[in-house]
Amino acid sequence: MSASALLSAADIGMIRGERVLFRDISLTLAPGQAIILRGANGAGKTTLLRILAGLTRAETGTVARAAPHHWVAHRDGLKPHETPREHLTLWARAWGQSRDEVPRLLDEMGLRRPADVPAKHLSAGQRRRTALGRLRLEHRPVWLLDEPLTALDSDGRTLLLDMIATHRARGGAVIAAIHGDAGFDFDMQVDI
Amino acid sequence: MSAAPILSAFRQALGEAWAGGAGALLPVGFFAGAAVLVPLGIGTDPGTLRAIGPGILWVSLALSSLVTLERIFQADAEDGSLDLWLQTGAPAAGIAAAKTFAHWLTAGLPLALLSPLLLLMFQAQVGSELFHNMMLYAVGGLAFYFWGGVGAALAATVRRGGLLISLIALPLYVPTAIFGALAMGDGPSSAAAPLFLAASTLFALAVAPFAMGAALRLAAD
Repeated sequence: MSASALLSAADIGMIRGERVLFRDISLTLAPGQAIILRGANGAGKTTLLRILAGLTRAETGTVARAAPHHWVAHRDGLKPHETPREHLTLWARAWGQSRDEVPRLLDEMGLRRPADVPAKHLSAGQRRRTALGRLRLEHRPVWLLDEPLTALDSDGRTLLLDMIATHRARGGAVIAAIHGDAGFDFDMQVDI
Repeated sequence: MSAAPILSAFRQALGEAWAGGAGALLPVGFFAGAAVLVPLGIGTDPGTLRAIGPGILWVSLALSSLVTLERIFQADAEDGSLDLWLQTGAPAAGIAAAKTFAHWLTAGLPLALLSPLLLLMFQAQVGSELFHNMMLYAVGGLAFYFWGGVGAALAATVRRGGLLISLIALPLYVPTAIFGALAMGDGPSSAAAPLFLAASTLFALAVAPFAMGAALRLAAD
């Protein structure tokens, strides 16, 4: 792992049952970089992201993490009764951050109106915006995003792409599993 | 390491229990129902009821604890928050213990608080004994929930994992049930039994969180 790398993976391989999901995947994530993972449904993009996040153990290879990361996945992590305000407040507390930023964050994420609506009554896009709001609660250099654009409307997509651009400009880096082009500006593509 | 994630996990689990509405009362209904039905089945002889009442309540308490154990971790695994908790930097054992303790507070402690009333239905004498027994049910119930939490963590990603939880948890309940029943009896070992009951609960509090933490990591893998 180079001195400046935020995260690196070497020769990662994964087997599910009898099937080799992927093998010999290596990547290095430097400050300001964005890497996208591409592959067909079931190719193993989510599994690779989980390995990079330390949630799943790889069959082969090693992962070195030099910086903390944020994780936003398919499942948004919201409880049915939880409102966007409660969700962001909970994670602000859990990460030792001030709750004072939450109202501003709700505005920025376009969640002012549904701020106090339980997640079970929110649209998929509003739930996704809430989950993405976690990225701004605390600065963490690495963002690991699994299909982050899913369910977002065009404003939401623009918002997320702006967030990523700002994050990269501050020296952060992103690895995202993405379908299609989606206007995502990236430095490296990993095909699975 | 900060305690903030553990406190937040505790707070979220408490909120979740109340948000469940009437679901939180399910163990109470089960506990009271089991205790009320047994006397109907065995007759109304006060001596018999007084003798078997405490034991019936221990069995009812153990079975009632199983009613909601599935909820402790399964929802987190389904909605993705388990992944978030495991990445907070806090030990998984601490997160698991916080959630299980919150679950006991909302689902287990009310059972112990209800026990004096149910013991009176079993012809127990009104007196300090009722309070003493309530404390024993509270202490023993805590062990039930922590051992049951191990089963719940192992079954976190198993649909309808209730049976699996029961198979894992019930053998672990045995020492607590034995010491609990002894502590309420009149035998020669009754004096020391509360201490053994407390010790078995402390053992559960010390060991079960690590087993739950390892099981949750396995569930996320």
